[in-house]
Amino acid sequence: MAEYHLTSPFSEQDIRQLRAGDIVRFDGRLFGIRDLTQIYMFDQHHEPPVSLAGYPCIHTAPSLRKAGDKWEKICVGTTTSVRMDRFSPDLIAKYGVRAIIGKAGLYQKSLEAMQQYGAVYLAIVGGSAALETLQIEEVEAVYWEHLHPEALYQFRVKNFGPLTVAMDSHGRHLYDEVRAEAARRMPEIYKKLGVA
Amino acid sequence: MSDFDYGIVEEAAKQLYIKALCDLPPDVREALKRAYARETKPTARSVYEAIFKTIETADQKHTLICQDTGLPLYKVKIGSRYAWNGYEIKSRLTNGTRRATQEFPFRSSSTHPLLRVNPQTSVGPGLPVFYWDFSEDDTLDILMAPKGSGSENVSKMQMFTPADGVKAVKKFVLDTVVNGGGMPCPPGIIGVGFGGTADLVAKLAKDAILRPVGQRNPDPEIATMEVELEEAINSSGVGAMGLGGDVTTLAVHIETAYTHITQNPVAVNCQCWPARRARAVIHPDGAVEYGY
Repeated sequence: MAEYHLTSPFSEQDIRQLRAGDIVRFDGRLFGIRDLTQIYMFDQHHEPPVSLAGYPCIHTAPSLRKAGDKWEKICVGTTTSVRMDRFSPDLIAKYGVRAIIGKAGLYQKSLEAMQQYGAVYLAIVGGSAALETLQIEEVEAVYWEHLHPEALYQFRVKNFGPLTVAMDSHGRHLYDEVRAEAARRMPEIYKKLGVA
Repeated sequence: MSDFDYGIVEEAAKQLYIKALCDLPPDVREALKRAYARETKPTARSVYEAIFKTIETADQKHTLICQDTGLPLYKVKIGSRYAWNGYEIKSRLTNGTRRATQEFPFRSSSTHPLLRVNPQTSVGPGLPVFYWDFSEDDTLDILMAPKGSGSENVSKMQMFTPADGVKAVKKFVLDTVVNGGGMPCPPGIIGVGFGGTADLVAKLAKDAILRPVGQRNPDPEIATMEVELEEAINSSGVGAMGLGGDVTTLAVHIETAYTHITQNPVAVNCQCWPARRARAVIHPDGAVEYGY
């Protein structure tokens, strides 16, 4: 397990060096996206007003407050990613996103896109919104405000993490490996519990 | 009727919701520390380190631990030696819930099931969830729990038959937790309802997650079943956040009720690592004691 400190935007080389199980922290720009953001982008065909190429995207519906023209953070946390799996291959292939941050992972087509284009899935600790909020230095912009709290958010972060590389660009999928290992252990566990 | 000022109940409801979201109970903190001490996988250990930093940040800055403000639930025990007004209690708890949401302010997670319209109040038809009970003393004892959706979404119930036996019940609990993987933000509390009716068994599972971590069922045979299930679940290797590790659950809690001779119901209510709850005991003289 190696530890990395990166700065976004990420290069393909930044991402290709990461292996499942490594720990990543980073500084720089982070985009916040959610179910509705991606329905709006992909199903309703709206082009993002800002380039996502090279940047990480996090699955979030943040609590923010608008003071004048400026958005301020209240609480930013991360949601379960699998609901947004179907958008993820295009997010990587079409928009050049280099990292998707969320919890509980994505499926096979997303993993294939990560291999093909050089992207990773970074697992954040679910429930740790207090820490995430602290690591967000500024809400730089909110695009598509009418979709809030599922708009497109541009954050600036400092030492954001720890994030675990759960799906890498070499075809490894940590959640699948953990599931396969659990399945391997199950017959023995059933036997011990007397339910076999 | 007495001249008790029910504004006290409303204020307590507001404080309880905020306290539950920001201040993790000491038994949960201790259980997480014990889990960390047992954990050998480096990836899982880094998850715990982030968990402890999160708890510390929420303590220092008085912020929400998790952005999921959950659905509000109040378990209320009404003392019988004082003329408490049940209607007032219910409406004040509802008002306090709304005020917490709008005055803190935090996100309301409550929405219409069909229209998916969120009025940003955390309340609405059927919410908060209330469970009422009675005691022999004179206090109003309120336990508040905001229930997050990541864990609630992998919760399940099943009506087995007596012929399926306790085997089916145990296997169901184990399979539900292992199949949930990282989605319920493990390691949390696994609440199990065993017996009763289809509705009661689900309520028992929710009661079970509201016990302090590791407090055993007083029935020794049920307590043994809790330990067996804990060991089985932790042998799976699912680990913290489903990324692999030695600890998948902090504790299995089982609550039981007598059931029908033809029934064998089981329900599993998963609770995430931020196993949030807060308690207030209100006295007839207006004094309020806060705890967990």
